[in-house]
Amino acid sequence: MAARAIWKGDLKLDSTKVPVKLYSAVQDQTVRFHILDVKSKHRVKQHMVEADSGEEVANEEIQKGFEVDPGRFVILDEKELASLEPKASREIKVEQFIPPAEIPPEYYDRPYYLGPDGDSAAYFALAEALQNQEKEAVVRWVMRKQLYVGAIRVDNDYLVLYTLRNAEEVLSTKDLPRPAGRAPDKKELSMAKQLIELLKGEFNPKDYKDEYRARVMEFVEKKAKGHKPKLHLVKTKKKTTSLDSVLTKSIAALKKQKKAA
Amino acid sequence: MPRKKATKKRRNEADENGARAARPFWSGTLTFGLVSVPVDLYPGTRTNRAPLRMLGPKGEPLSRRYFSQKTSKDLEDDEMIRGYEIDKDKYVVVTDEELERLAPESSRDIDLRRFVDLQSIPPLYFDRSYFLAPSAGSEKAYQLLAATMDKEDLAGVATFVMRGKEYLVAIFPENGILRAETMRFPDEIRSPKQVDLPEKTKVPAATVKKFEKLIAKHSEKHLSLKELKDEKTEQLMKLVEKKRKQHKDIIEVEEADRDEGKVVDLMEVLKKSLAGKRKAA
Repeated sequence: MAARAIWKGDLKLDSTKVPVKLYSAVQDQTVRFHILDVKSKHRVKQHMVEADSGEEVANEEIQKGFEVDPGRFVILDEKELASLEPKASREIKVEQFIPPAEIPPEYYDRPYYLGPDGDSAAYFALAEALQNQEKEAVVRWVMRKQLYVGAIRVDNDYLVLYTLRNAEEVLSTKDLPRPAGRAPDKKELSMAKQLIELLKGEFNPKDYKDEYRARVMEFVEKKAKGHKPKLHLVKTKKKTTSLDSVLTKSIAALKKQKKAA
Repeated sequence: MPRKKATKKRRNEADENGARAARPFWSGTLTFGLVSVPVDLYPGTRTNRAPLRMLGPKGEPLSRRYFSQKTSKDLEDDEMIRGYEIDKDKYVVVTDEELERLAPESSRDIDLRRFVDLQSIPPLYFDRSYFLAPSAGSEKAYQLLAATMDKEDLAGVATFVMRGKEYLVAIFPENGILRAETMRFPDEIRSPKQVDLPEKTKVPAATVKKFEKLIAKHSEKHLSLKELKDEKTEQLMKLVEKKRKQHKDIIEVEEADRDEGKVVDLMEVLKKSLAGKRKAA
């Protein structure tokens, strides 16, 4: 089934425009549970109550406030909040082009496919040019009353647009101390390097399956048919050995495996 | 009866932005080869720097509660249960204990069985960001792993089950600290074909050249950090400051034992954890 575009507009680079449509690139497969009232097994709902009295407060009576000092709030009404919304626009404006490794992974938020809207020659030409130059575009646009900063990269001839988190959202390791404890010595480092060398490979996404999701669904289906599958609690065992001997054993075991294969 | 209130369980504690999570989000074991490294996992992002609070008509702080649709009564944590909808309004109940027992022992460790070039992972896979801190006694093995991966820009890849969900994760060092990026499973990413994007058409070389020139013209070596500023919050703060100075629409409420909505500084928690101050022995 073809996916529906969730937004359309123009990708703008100086005075050149490339008309595009935006599609979500992800489909969440998480097993969806609902919260039920344990007695009636009905779905529960949420409402807002006064924290102290537990009294319900109707939606139209709710105000929004920013806490400036402990216990002191500045109230912002709907009109004021609306005045903070960015101006609606149909343009994805390119700000700059940078090398792909410039943006650390933790900044990438949600991916969207961009597809051509009409003129597919310009679309695929831009993708080809980005690929040839090994660059990604940094862009800004307004969608659903929100200003977004994003990155456009090429994935198999297609343009993929990622929303980026802002710098305040991402905790930086620069502000954190290095972990405590004694640094590893030369021998340990060289053994760890050998060990990791034996485990090096390509990233093949197809090698990874959500097996737990399948187990949960199988369990739910059995229960739905009235079965009561038995589950055993598994215990975790403790291992305590010296780092040195564990490294040696690991390397030996992996080498043996490789020879056998 | 405020005394009774104090004994009530904290509601909805598992908030996904981690703002309130002073304790680790998860504790477990990272392994490579036969080496095991006990670790604590903390959120690496915070969602809202300047959250607006919901207040009542007189400014009284509000909280969100679950209530029964049948009896209209508010529900405590132990009066609610998880259900999977198999038919309209028909549910199969699943308990926390069952979810935990469904995870085989081996799936609870993060076993790094493959190390890959970090740059070779398409960002399409990256979902949420976390930090791993060494827990008691594992500092040396932790540092050893971080230092070894750092030299070659490697990431360790594994799957593991955490709090009722399986995660695909890439673990890599940054300034001596291990980051854990959870990733989407391949079936959670649509292909261009599934989205029904048109097949690539042949494009005129001149058009490609034209774009290449434009790209070169606007290319920079580094990402300009001003792009990643939180403009929305800045504008909100400006408006708040203006109104504060004008003493407009200000409400004061008693601070008495109000702990809900208080924000724990995640950075402080992480600093303590990395400095080994959470250590038991």
